[in-house]
Amino acid sequence: MEFIVIVLAGILFATAIYNLLQKQMLRIIIGTVLLSHGAHLMILTMGKLKRGKPPILEEGVANYTDPLPQALILTSIVISFGITSLLLVLAYRTAKTNNTDNMEQLRGETNE
Amino acid sequence: MSNLAVLPIIIPLIAGILLAFTNTNVRLSRALTQILTVVNLGVVSFIAWKVFQDGTIVLETGDWIAPYGIVLVADSLAITLVLTTNIIATAAVFYAPHSLSIEKEKHYFYPFYFFLITGVSGAFLTGDLFNLFVFYEVLLMASYALIVLGGNKVQLRESIKYVLINLFSSVLFVTAIAFLYGVVGTVNMAQIAERVQEVEQFGILTTIAILLFFVFGTKAALFPLYYWMPKSYIVPNPVISALFGALLTKVGIYSILRVFSLIFVHKIDLTHETFIWIAGLTMIFGVIGALSTNNIKLIIAYNIIPAIGFIMMGIGTFNQAGLSGSVYYLVHDMIIKTALFLLVGVIAYVAGTSDLRKMGGLIHHYPVLGWLLFISAFVLAGIPPFSGFIGKLLLLKGALQGDHIFIVIIALLSSLLILYSVMKIFIRGFWGEENPLVEKRTTKGFIAPIVFLLLFSIFIGIGAEFIYPAIDSVAVYLLDPEIYIDSVLKE
Repeated sequence: MEFIVIVLAGILFATAIYNLLQKQMLRIIIGTVLLSHGAHLMILTMGKLKRGKPPILEEGVANYTDPLPQALILTSIVISFGITSLLLVLAYRTAKTNNTDNMEQLRGETNE
Repeated sequence: MSNLAVLPIIIPLIAGILLAFTNTNVRLSRALTQILTVVNLGVVSFIAWKVFQDGTIVLETGDWIAPYGIVLVADSLAITLVLTTNIIATAAVFYAPHSLSIEKEKHYFYPFYFFLITGVSGAFLTGDLFNLFVFYEVLLMASYALIVLGGNKVQLRESIKYVLINLFSSVLFVTAIAFLYGVVGTVNMAQIAERVQEVEQFGILTTIAILLFFVFGTKAALFPLYYWMPKSYIVPNPVISALFGALLTKVGIYSILRVFSLIFVHKIDLTHETFIWIAGLTMIFGVIGALSTNNIKLIIAYNIIPAIGFIMMGIGTFNQAGLSGSVYYLVHDMIIKTALFLLVGVIAYVAGTSDLRKMGGLIHHYPVLGWLLFISAFVLAGIPPFSGFIGKLLLLKGALQGDHIFIVIIALLSSLLILYSVMKIFIRGFWGEENPLVEKRTTKGFIAPIVFLLLFSIFIGIGAEFIYPAIDSVAVYLLDPEIYIDSVLKE
């Protein structure tokens, strides 16, 4: 199970990097979204994937799911959600004011 | 255990929330910001005094005993940097009303400024690697909002790159934490440090170390990861540039200092040796950047990079002199970079341009400004008796003790070129014929914060006898991770 999820995370990373290297702004943003998905899957897998076990450590409970990665992943998802929405607005405004969404043309002049 | 450790985070947080409601009343906002910042400075000074008197203050938040909960660790290194942050912040808020337009102040400059301080103080104080990531995001979120404040064409263009590169390195940060969690099973820094010694899987741990170094190196603007920094730092208002230049990259270098003195000390010959080479290249390329341009703001922004190289050199040599030099230089650089950014902000304002080729003769109308820049250049380059000299002296001593003669030569040469790059502003901007077309503007209100910062710089230099023992104790403390581990995980 862990193996499959790790490979999936790897595929997400690879797709993300491909998208990040594009010139169109929207593709880059999609790249960052995929990248964060890959990272989140990584965290989840690092705590070992178990089904049907409670995330608590109590007297007598021998087999439990690690609760920490779930707490981490939740925090991380909220943060990346916030940043993605900010990024979308920023990209929209940038494309509007600069009249282009091509990163090549957003390079700027030297020594301005 | 004491609640004192949380105050430097909670005061700016509450202040920021409070000021979000008073945004339409600019005069009230200004007064509140200035009062609250000074109050925070006072509180932090008290905590710093207490830390240096009685040792590290550890707070286990929500009474979750370490390593299960999040811990805040106000040790001598963290509190020194929080104190410096607050000194800079005080200067910045008194400068801000003169530099920012009313419109920008109304559009939530003050709340975001406070959130930035929250994030920076939190990043310094936290003792939990994941929490460090969260505070990074707090300060980055605030910086995203500040960098686009005003929203003109160039600003938007540069800030999208700034957001993207930071987002990318943040995601890598999370991935590195995930890897580390997979190996050692904890995110508490003290416990990670303890377990890294026990698990003995040095191959994978070194890989994680390099991954984390890549993340922090991107934030700290090290060679070859600095390319995003100079241009995006000059687009916002000078006061925002000053805060960015003084705080954001320094949080990155602080993280490197913390992680590579506490956790990853098992392969010093590999990691720290690499650091020295990176430090050298950072200095060379940063200085070349500073010499390559005629934009005064860009000159100062590029000057951040060699400073980071200097601090990195101390971390690389990893002996007592080197580390105390790093900490000394870190404090010195935070203060002087703020002063310089604020200074070129005024110069660009009175000259009406930031292009050196269109400037000249400013000394006729603004002699005070000229001499302030002159002194700042000396402080930055490390001419005795100013603060840069003591820091560099310790760094060079550390490098010589470690037999790194090459880096010493590079450091000395780049110091010379740093001096030249800033003197260029003085020579080309202040000497020569004045431009009769430019109207005379008042510099009232701009000067006092800069003088305040320069006085601190001079004090750190001349009062080295008074400051040095404290900094030296920080270095001794950094060399022995056991003290940190014991203070957090006390049985």
